[in-house]
Amino acid sequence: MSEMGAGVDHSHEGKGGELLEVRGLTKIFGALRACDAIDLSIGRGEIHALLGENGAGKSTLVKMLFGALEPAAGDIRWKGKPVSIQSPGEARGLGIGMVFQHFSLFEALTAAENIMLSLDDKTPILQVAERARELSKAYGLPLDPFAHVGDLSVGERQRIEIIRCLLQKPDLIILDEPTSVLTPQEADRLFETLETLRDEGKSILYISHRLEEVKRLCDRATVLRHGKVVSHCDPRQETAASLAKMMVGDDVDTVRRTGSLDRKGEALLEVKALNRPAANPFAMPLRGISLEVRAGAVMGIAGVAGNGQGELFEALSGEVLQDKADAIRIRGTNAGRTGISGRRLLGAAFVPEERLGHGAAPQMRLSENLFLSRHVTDKRALVGMFGTVRAGALAKAASRIVKAMDVRKSGVDPEASALSGGNLQKFIIGRELDRQPAVIVVNQPTWGVDAGAAARIRQALIDLARSGSAVLVISQDLDELFEICDTVAVMHDGRLSAPMPIAEASFEKIGLLMGGAEPERSGLPENTETA
Amino acid sequence: MLESVLITIATAATPLLIAAIGELVVERSGVLNLGVEGMMVMGAVTGFGVAITTGSPWLGVFAAILVGAAFALLFGFLTLSLVTNQVATGLALTLLGLGVSGMIGEAFIGLPGVKMAPLVIPVLSDLPVIGRFLFAQAPLFYISILLVIGVSYFLFSTRAGLTLRSVGDNHDSAHALGIRVIAVRYAAVVFGGACAGLAGAYLSLVYTPQWIENMTAGRGWIALALVVFASWRPWRVLAGAYLFGAVSIGQLHAQVIGVSVPSQFLSALPYLATIAVLVLISRNRRLTMVNTPACLGRPFVPAR
Repeated sequence: MSEMGAGVDHSHEGKGGELLEVRGLTKIFGALRACDAIDLSIGRGEIHALLGENGAGKSTLVKMLFGALEPAAGDIRWKGKPVSIQSPGEARGLGIGMVFQHFSLFEALTAAENIMLSLDDKTPILQVAERARELSKAYGLPLDPFAHVGDLSVGERQRIEIIRCLLQKPDLIILDEPTSVLTPQEADRLFETLETLRDEGKSILYISHRLEEVKRLCDRATVLRHGKVVSHCDPRQETAASLAKMMVGDDVDTVRRTGSLDRKGEALLEVKALNRPAANPFAMPLRGISLEVRAGAVMGIAGVAGNGQGELFEALSGEVLQDKADAIRIRGTNAGRTGISGRRLLGAAFVPEERLGHGAAPQMRLSENLFLSRHVTDKRALVGMFGTVRAGALAKAASRIVKAMDVRKSGVDPEASALSGGNLQKFIIGRELDRQPAVIVVNQPTWGVDAGAAARIRQALIDLARSGSAVLVISQDLDELFEICDTVAVMHDGRLSAPMPIAEASFEKIGLLMGGAEPERSGLPENTETA
Repeated sequence: MLESVLITIATAATPLLIAAIGELVVERSGVLNLGVEGMMVMGAVTGFGVAITTGSPWLGVFAAILVGAAFALLFGFLTLSLVTNQVATGLALTLLGLGVSGMIGEAFIGLPGVKMAPLVIPVLSDLPVIGRFLFAQAPLFYISILLVIGVSYFLFSTRAGLTLRSVGDNHDSAHALGIRVIAVRYAAVVFGGACAGLAGAYLSLVYTPQWIENMTAGRGWIALALVVFASWRPWRVLAGAYLFGAVSIGQLHAQVIGVSVPSQFLSALPYLATIAVLVLISRNRRLTMVNTPACLGRPFVPAR
């Protein structure tokens, strides 16, 4: 049972005034109690926040509410009556709608077809399109019903999700991390939409780990940690720090960024007029990207997902070669035509966004994953005379990384997929840092990583830069960029804005650039082309 | 001359078309059934056997459809309910079909078959050149054309068709929307099997009204290639089937005229054409992404 949860918020209990009441909901995966006796109640016309770190059990809880997972124990009361929700279809039938964060639209279908699929009646497609248009106008969510989803931006896709959900006239709308893919301005517009919906008497379960927006928007909050409810509270009465403490269970280490360097280090990573055509219709071309990262500095690249960050990373890491060798220079050497191993040999290191399947082979052990990325750069240490693997040296290196980054794992050398996201990310970053690279490029270093691990990763990146390396961080998390970067630039539509010193940057300035405002208007120095 | 060529092309194309249109529906739902050849040959032997026993080709056709569907149901049970590997199971289904049909058909070898009478449409069939080609064919020919029209309408103009495409595009999303992914796939797989059975019956009741072991002779594989060739669009399956039919008939006519092209080359042509088309469509990624079922061959196991 939750030790603190009971007794905090029982004022609404048992009066039938609640829309949804959950008692003792439990879900067990193997040895893990993903949700352990969760209590939750949501009133009518309320925006209720569900807070917690990654892995705290938020997703598991809402999947049970939406019928996608079956609870092992506990009851759900909907409008005062006990219900057993067997499938998402039943959940929708009851009036529970959900806006998913991932994997819920059909890319090959049009927006209207996507919406139609979630409606149970037999409305013809043209009427669906018309109703979608009306709703999108009413809530200020512009949308072309006949566009193929694959061609749309992440923000536009989210609009489809929301409109799709609204068309079912739900009483409760579950939103899973809705702002993680939006610019601050888009997020503001979403909040207005949600407030309108609340005024219409609809209830919203809002899942987030962004404390400021929860404080601003939500009436009540339930905080989860390790699958248990740690608190029911009113977020407006709390501070961001107190909410964070509830989520993490401890004070979070703050990252220390020693003052920016006075002297200008030499440029270790230079990118000049890098162009790349779109690899497929759903990809973004790169248009004239230029940047320079100096020794001792951390540069950040902000931007809404899907504006070319992934493509830029692939170009930098050498997964995709450039036409011209001088488009990318690493430590003064032209590397545009050099492959991944060649670039690594020049002293660069790369950490991709996807941990499993890109950063690490899921079914291989940590030591094997270490070998995969280091067999060229550390050939002497790791490869024996006849191409054999030096297991001893490998194991030593692996345990050194595990220790340095405080990677928590079960067993001596588990498979990569057996680690939690945060721990695997610590290992992958540690694997690269262990080489003391002169240049490191990291894409979304702390995506889906709990606060403790994130702080450690950020500190490690800063420390690497201060020891004389150049660090380039691509991230959607503005807080993170403000925390660790010396300069920050914004990607939008395959272009990169001029970098600005972090002291001159603000959320608003960055947000405007993320939304595609012309860099001139934000008064930036004109030292890169803006084409 | 031209008229007779057209008619023979239609005869060669129709079984390919029927089998391929069924497989197209299966693949649009995200399932790859490589057992077309096996289901087809089972349809052929069943159709032949029932027709000579009862004397009615229509009963033969009906039985062939049932047997094709039953084989597909077996495939569905293995791959959808027991989540076995689709490629391996499909291959096994082909081998099983070839073996079982050979065993059942042993008694039928050399027996004269029952030929299904053509359905001649008066007046229209007297049109020059195309009259006999389009309007004096076996009933299964008309059914094959209706199947194309029907499947095309179903997939792109009905809600059920949209549901089926959605399951093939992203089964996790479809499940999250409350669509019964496995049920949709069962239906598609059984429809595909019924079509393969029907195509087999065409072979043993119309094309050559007799039973020869392995009489499908790789047509099931051509049908599979045809679906990819057509980039999962029904009308292109029709065009492709007639193209492939023309190639296989062209080989015979070429010999008559005295042009000597190695027959092995001509029988390899459909596959070469498929490879060429695969290269071409992979250049146009946009087309591929909109038409190729993204979940093709991927097993679906809902987390509960």
